[in-house]
Amino acid sequence: MSTTALFFTLIFVAVAMILSLWQRLGLERELLIGTIRAAVQLTAVGYILHLVFGLKDWPYLILMILVMTLVASHNAAKRGSGLDKIFIKVFTAIFAAEVMAMTILLGLNIIEATPRFIIPLSGMIIGNSMVACGLLLNRLQNEIQSHRDQIKVALSLGATSRQAAETALRNAVKASTIPLIDSLKTVGLVQLPGMMTGLIIGGASPVEAVRYQLLILFSLTAVAILSSIILAFSAYPNMFSKSHQLKTTFLNQT
Amino acid sequence: MQIKGKWTPPLFQLKQVTKYYRISLSSTITVLKEVSIHVDKGSLITIIGPSGAGKSTLLSLLNRLEDADGGEIYFQEKEIKLWDVLELRRQVGLVFQIPVMLPGTVKDNLLYGPGLRGQTPATSAADIIKMVGLEEKILERNSSNLSGGQKQRVALARTIANGSRILLLDEITSSLDHESAMSIENLIINLNKEHGYTCLWVTHDRLQAQRVSPYSWSLHDGKIELIANNKEE
Ligand SMILES: Nc1ncnc2c1ncn2[C@@H]1O[C@H](COP(=O)(O)OP(=O)(O)O)[C@@H](O)[C@H]1O
Ligand SMILES: [Mg+2]
Repeated sequence: MSTTALFFTLIFVAVAMILSLWQRLGLERELLIGTIRAAVQLTAVGYILHLVFGLKDWPYLILMILVMTLVASHNAAKRGSGLDKIFIKVFTAIFAAEVMAMTILLGLNIIEATPRFIIPLSGMIIGNSMVACGLLLNRLQNEIQSHRDQIKVALSLGATSRQAAETALRNAVKASTIPLIDSLKTVGLVQLPGMMTGLIIGGASPVEAVRYQLLILFSLTAVAILSSIILAFSAYPNMFSKSHQLKTTFLNQT
Repeated sequence: MQIKGKWTPPLFQLKQVTKYYRISLSSTITVLKEVSIHVDKGSLITIIGPSGAGKSTLLSLLNRLEDADGGEIYFQEKEIKLWDVLELRRQVGLVFQIPVMLPGTVKDNLLYGPGLRGQTPATSAADIIKMVGLEEKILERNSSNLSGGQKQRVALARTIANGSRILLLDEITSSLDHESAMSIENLIINLNKEHGYTCLWVTHDRLQAQRVSPYSWSLHDGKIELIANNKEE
C-alpha cells in the first residue's frame, strides 16, 4: 500500500471531524489525539517489530514480552488502586497466562518458535488477559462492596474469608470472562477476527486462516480465564484481615 | 458473680477499651473511650444509647468482626485475640439489626453455619424454626421472599442453629410490629432463663429494656455507665 493511499484514509477522519463540529459533539479534540496517537504508536511498533523479527536473540524477545506485560499490568492494576501490592499480583496473573499459552503453543509445535509468531500472539494473549484482569478487579470490589452485609453474616457465623467471599469471587470471575465468551459465541457471525482478516487479505486460504484463528481464540480465552482466576484468588485476601475481618478501607476507592 | 460462695470468672472482661474509625486520610472518630465492663455467664444485659453511640461497634468487638484500638478484652479469661477467631464466632453469635439472608432457602440459612465445619445442627432445623415462632414449612421457602419480621426470626434461628450460647443481639426487634417484637422478647427471655443463654441486647426501646432487665448499660459519647431501669424515668 502506498503512502499516498494511507494519506487518503485521513479523509475518513476529516469527515468524522466535520460531522462532530457540525453536530457539536465535541469529539474533535479526542479524535485528533486518537488519530495522532494511533499513527505514531503503530508506526513505532511497526519499526520495532521489523527490528525484532530480524533478531535471533532470545533475551531481546523475552525483554519485549516483559515490557508488554509490564504495560498491560500497569493498565489493569489501575482498576484496583485501593488494593495492596496489586501491580505485582496482576503482573503475575498476566505473565502466568503468557507462559502457559506459549508452553502449549510452542511445546506442541503448534506455532513456529520465531519472533514473527511469538510477538503478535503474545500481544493478543497479554492484551486479552489485561482486559480480563481489569474487569475482574472492578467486579471483585463491586461484588464485595454490594454483598458486604452477607459477607459479614457469613463471617459472624464462623466462615473463613475464603468461604465468605466465595459467591463474590465466583461472580467476579464469571463477569470478567463474559466479553471473551460472548466473542467466542458470535465470532464469524458478528465480527471477523483481525488475524483471520489479515491472513485472508494477505492471500492465505480462508480454511487455513480459520484453523489459525480457532487455535488463537481457544488459547486466548483459556488463558485469559486462567489469569482472571489467578488474580481473583491472589487479590481477595487483601480485602480481609488475617483474622477474617472484612476491611473497609479498600472500598469506595475505585 | 457469687454462686454459693464460689467465684465464677466473667465471660467477657473489657479493660479500658478504645475504638476509633478512620473516616478520611487525616481524621478519625473515637467511638468507644476506655470502656471497662464485664459480662457474667448466663446474664441478660441490655444496652441503650442514642443512634451512633457505638452500640453496634461494641458488639462487633466481642466476636471480633472489629478489633479494638486500645485496652484489653478477655473472653473466658483468655485475651480475645488468642482465641481461634472462627471458634470464638461460633460461640459468640451476632444477630444484626437488619436481617440479611444468605442465598437459598430458610433451611440453607440454618444449615450454613454448621455446614462450614462439615456438621449439621445439634438441634434439628425444624425444632429451631418452631422455637423462634415460625412454622416448619417455611424451611423450604426461598429466604429472599420473606417479610422483615420473618427474616429477623430466621436470622436469630440461624445463630441458634450455629450452636452459639452467647447471643449479641443488635436491635433485633426494631423492624418488627409490636406483637412480633413481644414474642421475640419472650423468646430471648426464655432462652436466657430456661436454657442459660447469655444475651447482650442492644435496644433503642427503653420500655423493652425495663421489661427484660433491672439494669442497662447506657452508652453516650463513647462512655458507658450502668443505669437502673426504674419505671419513673
Ligand atoms: N466501618 C466504619 N467506618 C467508619 N465509621 C464507622 C464504621 N462503623 C461505624 N462507624 C461510625 O461509628 C459510630 C458508631 O456507630 P455504631 O456502632 O453503628 O453506633 P450505634 O449502633 O450505636 O448506632 C457512628 O458515628 C458510625 O458512623
Ligand atoms: Mg447500631
